[in-house]
Amino acid sequence: MAMEVTQLLLNAQSIDGSVRKQAEDSLKQFQEQNLPAFLFSLSGELANEDKPADSRKLAGLILKNALDAKEQHRKFELVQRWLMLDATVKSQIKSCLLKTLSSPVPDARSTAAQVVAKVAGIELPQKQWPELIGSLLSNVHQLPPHVKQATLETLGYLCEEVSPDAVDQDNVNKILTVVVQGMSSSEGNNDVRLAAIRALYNALGFAQANFSNDMERDYIMRVVCEAALSKEEKIRLAAFECLVSIASMYYEKLTPYMNDIFTITAKAVREDVESVALQAIEFWSSICDEEIDILEEYAGEFTGDSDVQCSYFVKQALNVLVPILLETLLKQEEDQDQDEGAWNIAMAGGTCLGLVARTVGDDIVPLVMPFIEENITKPDWRQREAATYAFGSILEGPSPDKLTPIVNVALNFMLSALTKDPNTHVKDTTAWTLGRIFEFLHGSTMDAPIITPANCQQIVTVLLQSMTDVPNVAGKACGALYFLAQGYEDVGPSSPLTPYFQEIVQALLTVTHREDAGEGRLRTAAYETLNEVVRCSTEETATLVLQLVPVIMLELHNTLEGQKLSSDEREKQGELHGLLCGCLQVIIQKLGASDQTKYGFMQFADQIMGLFLRVFACKSATVHEEAMLAIGSLAYACGPEFAKYMPEFYKYLEMGLQNFEEYQVCSVTVGVVGDICRALENKVLPYCDGIMTQLLKDLSSNQLHRSVKPPIFSCLGDIALAIGQDFEKYLMYAMPMLQSAAELSAHTAGADDEMIEYTNSLRNGILEAYSGILQGFKNSTKTQLLIPYAPHILQFLDSIYVEKDMDDLVMRTAIGVLGDLADTLGSNAGTMIQNSVSSRDFLNECLSSEDGSIKESAEWTKLAITRAISA
Amino acid sequence: MAPPDFRRPFKRAAVSDQQRRRELTLERQAQSRHDAQQRVRNLASTIISLQSQEPDDADVVLEPYLEESEAPPKELDIRRASRMRGEQVRNWFARQLMLPEWMIDIPDNLSQDWYVFARPAGKRCFVVASNGTTVSRQRNGSILHCFPSALPNGAKTREPSGPAHSYSILDCIFHEGDQTYYVIDMVCWGGCSYYDCPADFRFYWLNSKLEESGASGPPSYYHKYRFSAVTHEKGLPAAYTDATPYVKDGLLFYNKHAHYQSGNTPLALVWKDVKCSQYVLDTDSTGQVPDQQQVVLELQEDGNLITSDDPPIIFARLNSEFIQQLGLHSGNFVRCAINDGGLSFVEGKLEKADLKYIGKCSRGRAFADSYSKVVFQHMARHSPLTYDDLLVAANKAPSDVEMAG
Repeated sequence: MAMEVTQLLLNAQSIDGSVRKQAEDSLKQFQEQNLPAFLFSLSGELANEDKPADSRKLAGLILKNALDAKEQHRKFELVQRWLMLDATVKSQIKSCLLKTLSSPVPDARSTAAQVVAKVAGIELPQKQWPELIGSLLSNVHQLPPHVKQATLETLGYLCEEVSPDAVDQDNVNKILTVVVQGMSSSEGNNDVRLAAIRALYNALGFAQANFSNDMERDYIMRVVCEAALSKEEKIRLAAFECLVSIASMYYEKLTPYMNDIFTITAKAVREDVESVALQAIEFWSSICDEEIDILEEYAGEFTGDSDVQCSYFVKQALNVLVPILLETLLKQEEDQDQDEGAWNIAMAGGTCLGLVARTVGDDIVPLVMPFIEENITKPDWRQREAATYAFGSILEGPSPDKLTPIVNVALNFMLSALTKDPNTHVKDTTAWTLGRIFEFLHGSTMDAPIITPANCQQIVTVLLQSMTDVPNVAGKACGALYFLAQGYEDVGPSSPLTPYFQEIVQALLTVTHREDAGEGRLRTAAYETLNEVVRCSTEETATLVLQLVPVIMLELHNTLEGQKLSSDEREKQGELHGLLCGCLQVIIQKLGASDQTKYGFMQFADQIMGLFLRVFACKSATVHEEAMLAIGSLAYACGPEFAKYMPEFYKYLEMGLQNFEEYQVCSVTVGVVGDICRALENKVLPYCDGIMTQLLKDLSSNQLHRSVKPPIFSCLGDIALAIGQDFEKYLMYAMPMLQSAAELSAHTAGADDEMIEYTNSLRNGILEAYSGILQGFKNSTKTQLLIPYAPHILQFLDSIYVEKDMDDLVMRTAIGVLGDLADTLGSNAGTMIQNSVSSRDFLNECLSSEDGSIKESAEWTKLAITRAISA
Repeated sequence: MAPPDFRRPFKRAAVSDQQRRRELTLERQAQSRHDAQQRVRNLASTIISLQSQEPDDADVVLEPYLEESEAPPKELDIRRASRMRGEQVRNWFARQLMLPEWMIDIPDNLSQDWYVFARPAGKRCFVVASNGTTVSRQRNGSILHCFPSALPNGAKTREPSGPAHSYSILDCIFHEGDQTYYVIDMVCWGGCSYYDCPADFRFYWLNSKLEESGASGPPSYYHKYRFSAVTHEKGLPAAYTDATPYVKDGLLFYNKHAHYQSGNTPLALVWKDVKCSQYVLDTDSTGQVPDQQQVVLELQEDGNLITSDDPPIIFARLNSEFIQQLGLHSGNFVRCAINDGGLSFVEGKLEKADLKYIGKCSRGRAFADSYSKVVFQHMARHSPLTYDDLLVAANKAPSDVEMAG
């Protein structure tokens, strides 16, 4: 058997496809027939020094994949499977793994280190394998360098896999001691030192206690800073990565070290190789992130005693930091403008400069202006581009008061550069900068408008002209137009863009037809801008928007006229469907919002729906989602008329609800069910059996992304409200699900912010479901069916009130449910309600709420309760 | 080189438009859900349901809404609406009052099934008392007065005059001369809706409730205007000839079995002649009776000129060139004169109207004329329905029961 496994593993890496396939099948068969023997033979293979390195490595990887998976439910299954495995087999496997750590073959050691960490990730939280850390650390100083390196690597992976609370402080101390000693300059072997630094990177999360101890922290920081000055590039890089991580994890502990760190990072940005320089810049970007968060929180709460104080590192370093960052802007790569995802020292420097501007505000302006003025007219494109980029970078952060006068001067220059500069890099950055100007300094909230009747036409003309430039410049010009339109979002009945509306729309449509529109994201940018122009349009241009409907419909129709497509073409076609459905959705939502415009639009409804149904025939996740979103808007616009589309549309609705894999599609479909319920009201009844079955399945699935569950609960409420007492037949399924979800979401003790937010969205969904059901049964003869559920609903309200962590939305929904309970059940629930905490303290709290909509709901609830009691 | 996962390439768009579409859709859905739930909450038993349905033809006259209509009734919280401002509210209010048709022929069983009373001259309005304030709204939705009254919850007195949430709605005419609200109908009282009650019941309760509340008493600090019920039950000769404390403006005929119904209804009728009204023939803006009868009609998308009836009656049609030339839009109210050709009828239905365009009406106008008004005015100029005609009908014995064998 052992020989056979080696050969299978080698064959599985053969270049001959059929050999490979056969070997893979055999391995799979082996695994299915006898899992313990399979895993054990893999670990034996990995540990066996007589075997080829290739088969050992693959054995380790298969072992690793048998312990972990990306998808949550699969991962859970694998963990359970390992835990159920025979203890003897597991201990044999583990001893093979530990043995491999001292192998002379680097790949074998490294693979074993990863597998050990995976096993630890499963067992340590279960309080199993308690001796692991001790055995890894024993005699570490006596070990030969390659074993020491493997041990440190294992510790690093282990810290990555295991959560800090699964390791006691004593073991944490031991791990950190070994790691930090391994990092120090006294360690002669660079491989060991590198492994130690990489281990520290993962272990930082374990070091809370150690970072609170001055002496220990001093020591760790000294060693990291030393490593950042190492002659070895890899060591310097790893050390800077640690510094970046420390910047966000231990910001508040950094003060004593900032002088040294500043010197080290400044030197690295100026002199080091790009990979290291990028990390050095990233350090300052991370510091900015932290300070922006702290200052925002501080500004938001006015408590003055937020958890972390701002140390104003950026402000203090500003005079020296800004010049360093400005220098980086001159280090552009050729052709970086062609690459959307380009990342180099100039991009990183500009990004950091933007963050610095957001951190310090006005103070950055005088430091950057001389650089701009000096370089913006230079013959070398690098200087002009750098100057423009610097300007674009600092437009968010400083006050409009500070920036507007400068922009007023610069705007003409920018507009002229956009059409006349000979270099496309410069034009690209100029168009982007114009977009930033419109994004941050143009809009109804600005005191002094930068766009006036005098320059509006010129701006539009220049941007439209730029849309005929090379794709990247044209795309950025579309982006600028996007923000130009957005600034007029709430301009009132008359928009300054109205005179140009038709011209703009025509230019954007022309862009979408360019032969090179597929380059970069030009076509996408053009449609996105078209969408925004439509969204922000006013009544004046409603007829023009209406005229756009058949145009976009024709585009969609043409893409559906199928020739046989290659998979590449199919993908492109799918993208285009998405863009066109998205555009139609925006138009439908716009025209559907007012009765006057809706009337004109409805003549197209049949044809549009026909096109959407044809789009569904093509398989692509994003297209389904876009068409689904658009159908939701159509249902909203059509109202009861939508019923005629249901027979054909229903199967796609069901397919959407079944799409666990692409949870966004599922989520959007759930929303559309709500739209349809509101549009059709009780005419939705014939479809409810199918929809309810699917929704209840979704709720009980552990494969479906959790974010879809709250909207599903709300959707149950939509259905109940639409069909009223006909919801009776679903009560016995829906109510227990709501009840158990309510119990789970009642308490949040120990949860982090993200979990509390999710719990609140879940509560809101559950409460909306209760509201819909209660309201649906109101005035029916079957209200008594709900009486048995009332105590639980009240208990749920009481317990979330007592928990004191509701957000405003949940509060509004919750107090409304209390009223619905009283309103629907009347005197049947009077005493019950009177005895609840909610009807007194919670109601009073809501009645005195500063939030108008909570107060309004509460007043209604009070009325409903008064009636229920006096009835 | 790729940027770190969390560091967005600076020049790339921050938010994808798809994401924005998703978010906007979610916002719209959440808002619609909230609206839907609020609508249901406002349907509480204390809140009135207002029917906007009209009978399809006049045959139902003696069969007042005993069966529920198929179409869902339009509902809204009148109390909240009474405080709100803005065009929408005005438009909404404009449709809530029960509007009598003009009497163009005499209904059967006039003596048996109909109340008749002298209509006070003045401003027709809805009076809504709730939360310690009383608000009166005219037919075009504008607020006439906002004042304290002795109606339940109509003033902020120390001792509440009813449960806090209860409210009352009365259908009144404000008479300038004696500064009195003459109550012609009661829609809600003390939180109880009387929409679905027959007129005889409503009038009975109106009289006793008004007395009991003290609202019919003289004005005081907490009661700014007097409310006075009109006398509904004296019969035709008394209504026509007896003196009233108010200036008369014609006679109102109310069918005893009819529920209160918003909008034009043939179950309430108005009739007038020169003896009981100063204003028999319509006057123009200068107060003069024009030589030719004038009518106000609404322009529709297709160029038709229609009355305010539901369904509307088409009087004429403007061609699109003419509409453009005049700068008119669908929804505009236009004034026309009836030419010498007059109105021609075939089997009681309008066949042809000889109209002449005069001009666009002012913006304050909320309604076109109703069919019955145009015809009544036309008859008044040519062959009026006289008091004697009415008297004959009123003295006639109830029609015999028809035997079916």
